[in-house]
Amino acid sequence: MLRLPNLIRLLAFAVLIAFLTQPQWFEPLLRPLVQQNAPAIYNQGSLLQLTLLHLRTVAIATAGATVVALALAILVTRPSGAEFLPLSRSLVNIGQTFPPVAVLALAVPIFGFGEKPTLIALFLYGLLPIFENALTGLTTLPPAIMEAARGTGMTGRQRLMKVELPLAMPVILAGIRLSVVISLATATIGSTVAARTLGEVIIAGLQSNNLAFVVQGGLIVAVLAVLIHDGLQAAERRLGSRVGR
Amino acid sequence: MQLRVDKLGVITAALTAYGAFLAPFATFRANRIVAGEGRSISEALPPTWAALVLLVVIVAIILAILKTPGVLRLAIALCALAVLALAIGAAAGQLTPPENTYARVSPASGFWLLLFALALLAADALTRLRPSPLVRVAILSAVLGFIAVVLISGAWDGLSLLKEYASRADTFWAEAGKHVMLALGSLAAATAVGIPLGVLCHRVPRLRDGLLGALNAIQTIPSIALFGILIAPLGWIALHVPGAAAIGIRGIGTAPAFVALFLYSLLPIVANTVVGLAGVPREANEAARGIGMTDFQRLAGIEFPLAFPVILTGIRIVLVQNIGLATIAALIGGGGFGVFVFQGVGQTAMDLVLLGAVPTVLLAFTAAIVLDAVIETATPYHNRVQSA
Repeated sequence: MLRLPNLIRLLAFAVLIAFLTQPQWFEPLLRPLVQQNAPAIYNQGSLLQLTLLHLRTVAIATAGATVVALALAILVTRPSGAEFLPLSRSLVNIGQTFPPVAVLALAVPIFGFGEKPTLIALFLYGLLPIFENALTGLTTLPPAIMEAARGTGMTGRQRLMKVELPLAMPVILAGIRLSVVISLATATIGSTVAARTLGEVIIAGLQSNNLAFVVQGGLIVAVLAVLIHDGLQAAERRLGSRVGR
Repeated sequence: MQLRVDKLGVITAALTAYGAFLAPFATFRANRIVAGEGRSISEALPPTWAALVLLVVIVAIILAILKTPGVLRLAIALCALAVLALAIGAAAGQLTPPENTYARVSPASGFWLLLFALALLAADALTRLRPSPLVRVAILSAVLGFIAVVLISGAWDGLSLLKEYASRADTFWAEAGKHVMLALGSLAAATAVGIPLGVLCHRVPRLRDGLLGALNAIQTIPSIALFGILIAPLGWIALHVPGAAAIGIRGIGTAPAFVALFLYSLLPIVANTVVGLAGVPREANEAARGIGMTDFQRLAGIEFPLAFPVILTGIRIVLVQNIGLATIAALIGGGGFGVFVFQGVGQTAMDLVLLGAVPTVLLAFTAAIVLDAVIETATPYHNRVQSA
């Protein structure tokens, strides 16, 4: 049952949990990266706690982005909202040219330092891939199926809930996955405006010239991103095979 | 003429009305970092300017609500934006007490909201008009030209943002140069390496999964961490490889930033080269083989030109992404506009943040529009995707 890639994932997960709960076990591995007396394991807070805060920030932002992006995509693909469709497409294109650092820095004067500007930046940045994929999913449904749904006398609402959304779901989930992976990495930048994320570890490392901090902060985020990416992809495949797309 | 209401126009009109009549137009601060006080349009502007702004805003609101031709909507939106841009300069002159060099005037939420709503109106009109790539680039050049003229004329000199610039004019252009060099240089290097790698992946399928997987993994490392991690190997090279330090390779500074951007750039370029080459019709390849073309002739004469638009899309993704990511370089001493952003965040001086953020956004935006136009021109008409 357990194939090699899954075995590697399981192992990576086990190592990650071990590192977060018992970081001192890994001290000898990171020791060569730092100067004589410098600490090799982040000592200004618990790595586990920072990881959970990091995940919480990403989860809240992505949940908000998913709800709003999905609602907007449904709205502009209904006949009554069709006027908004072309503009919303160009807005997504324009939005993606805004660098995350700029969004983050500009959110600070409005929302102050800390978690809020990070949440706002991640939310805004996360909207785009979800909205784009939801649009693609909802506008490229097979015409024959839509015709059949109409032919059986389904109302607009029934078609949306029973036909359109389930069929578009794999594409929408792919958008959410993309959004989560981008947010996991972008959240680290939030620590430049004092949000409590794993970026704190990396920035502490940059400031005190401690490579071990930079490496452990970066690797935790990267492993989290890969594991979450693969997990969501597996969920998509399962769903995809069910709706036959 | 039958009067019909434009749904989107109602939203833009509501935003415009709120920005013009309810939100403060400009912020006045006694010095650089204290909290500001909002001033409405009538308080912030000399009477003639206030009247002009309100006039164009009201005309824009009416034209936005009614179903009007796209050209007219675009014209009023651009006209109102121009008036707004000049008015905020006038507000600085009006609000700053004479002989006072500490006072700061900056655009407030009403101004930004008006800017956003009118830009939305313009973007909507442009989307409906579907201008050709050449016209889009022409409009962009006109807008950038207008901004340049206003900057040179000194009409904005009283604004806080320009005061921040004035005290840093030399560093600003040095950092701008570094920013562009980082973004374009790493793109050039990634293109030079990535396209051959993509061709190789296309020809040797066994290589493809491994290489694309590795490049994908690099993308998951957060940018600030990758920038930081590269400090170590580059520092080692600078110390131990003769001549490396002489050509500017150092542990901190531009070198790790350049390498990090290069690594991030590889995936879109390699992946798009592979996708582009895979999309070349089998018939085209067979015909080329049939007339006796060698492998290289086929690559250069048939496959590459047909895959070019897709590869170009990869280059566009990389350029826009690099312009944004280059801001992070400032955290490891690599320079660029990020220097102002992070200094500004550190001093809670928002105008300084804007001094870094606004040029970055403008640069990314310009790059996106220009490259989109190039891609559309390079794509054969029947292949174009039906989207804005």
